[in-house]
Amino acid sequence: MSTLDKVVEILAEAKDLKADKITEASTWEELGLDSLDTVELVMNMEDAFGISLEMTEDMKSVGDVVKAIEAAK
Amino acid sequence: MSFTILGTGSALPGHIVTNEDLSCMVDTSDEWIRSRTGINQRRVCSGESLTDLAYQAALLALEDSCCGADELDLIICATVSADYVMPSLACVLQARLGAHCPAFDVNAACTGFLYGLDIAAGYFARNPQQKILLVGADAMSRLVDWQERSTCVLFGDGAGAVVLGLGNDLLAIQLSAQGDIEPLYVPNSWGNSPFHQTKESQQKPYLVMDGQEVFRFAVTSMVQTVEQVLHRAGVSKEEIAYLLPHQANIRIIDAAVNRLKLPREKCLTNIALRGNTSAACVAVLLDEQNRVGRFQKGDLLVLTAFGGGLTTGACILRWNK
Repeated sequence: MSTLDKVVEILAEAKDLKADKITEASTWEELGLDSLDTVELVMNMEDAFGISLEMTEDMKSVGDVVKAIEAAK
Repeated sequence: MSFTILGTGSALPGHIVTNEDLSCMVDTSDEWIRSRTGINQRRVCSGESLTDLAYQAALLALEDSCCGADELDLIICATVSADYVMPSLACVLQARLGAHCPAFDVNAACTGFLYGLDIAAGYFARNPQQKILLVGADAMSRLVDWQERSTCVLFGDGAGAVVLGLGNDLLAIQLSAQGDIEPLYVPNSWGNSPFHQTKESQQKPYLVMDGQEVFRFAVTSMVQTVEQVLHRAGVSKEEIAYLLPHQANIRIIDAAVNRLKLPREKCLTNIALRGNTSAACVAVLLDEQNRVGRFQKGDLLVLTAFGGGLTTGACILRWNK
């Protein structure tokens, strides 16, 4: 499973979203996630991938998180 | 030997501030506050001092314990917002109660009540035959910036108290501190000294918080410390009757409870009506639940808190009333 697929799966499950509506370009705003949702999401990613991620202002979309995970692996 | 809880008490200010009230003061809304924090209203001091609240909570705890103020051997107050920088809230309270024992304050921000329990356990280890009054009290309304919509909506004022006596019902306790100012701080007042030139002396004495950082720390530390005390006490999650977490944000509580894989109905909250009352949170919740008869003798309770410092703590108590 690609990193993107896994991120989408975690996101869809955690926030009760439809996986087929989430793309790499989807932003938190478009998905209706607020600032605390995004922290929780990053924490879920850390657990799922066994990595440590820095939260930054630039992390605004699914693609940004995928990139950060790839870099942290 | 550790101690047992002989009785509990709590007190809140009379003035209720609703989310609607706040939306008339700053750019916010009831829907925004509810969905992001789980808070509907909070109590805020108007005619009351923090000493008044601490005194009322202490009186109720003494009454619930069938203990007179003159029987107390120690008074500990956990607070960051005492009416005086000195004397301590504990000394002011001692005078009001007519007690004659030593008294001091503890500053571990919202974790103060847990720090107080650990200190009390140390005193009981030295002398099991004593009675200690522990009060968690804060008036955060004095420390928040009422023009800052991201923080002023979060807090309320209150005081909670317990009287501790001879017993062995603290099964395990774990504190931690991860010294870091930035995520959550309140600068002290610098008076009117014409000599201070530091960066700190220029700051306004209001609470500053990085919500995302605090969220991350809170969830992680709550899960860690709770698992540590369970392990240390040799208690399984199934044996826990109730979790009484610090009431900072319902979403922090939900995220931590999910990660701990505890049934949500075991987690007690009062944040909707109280907001975050800092060091008073867990003590007020404990008293409110005691007074509605929630606890059965022998119930294992997990208390946990986190706050500025950054500090965190958790303990397992056996309810034995």
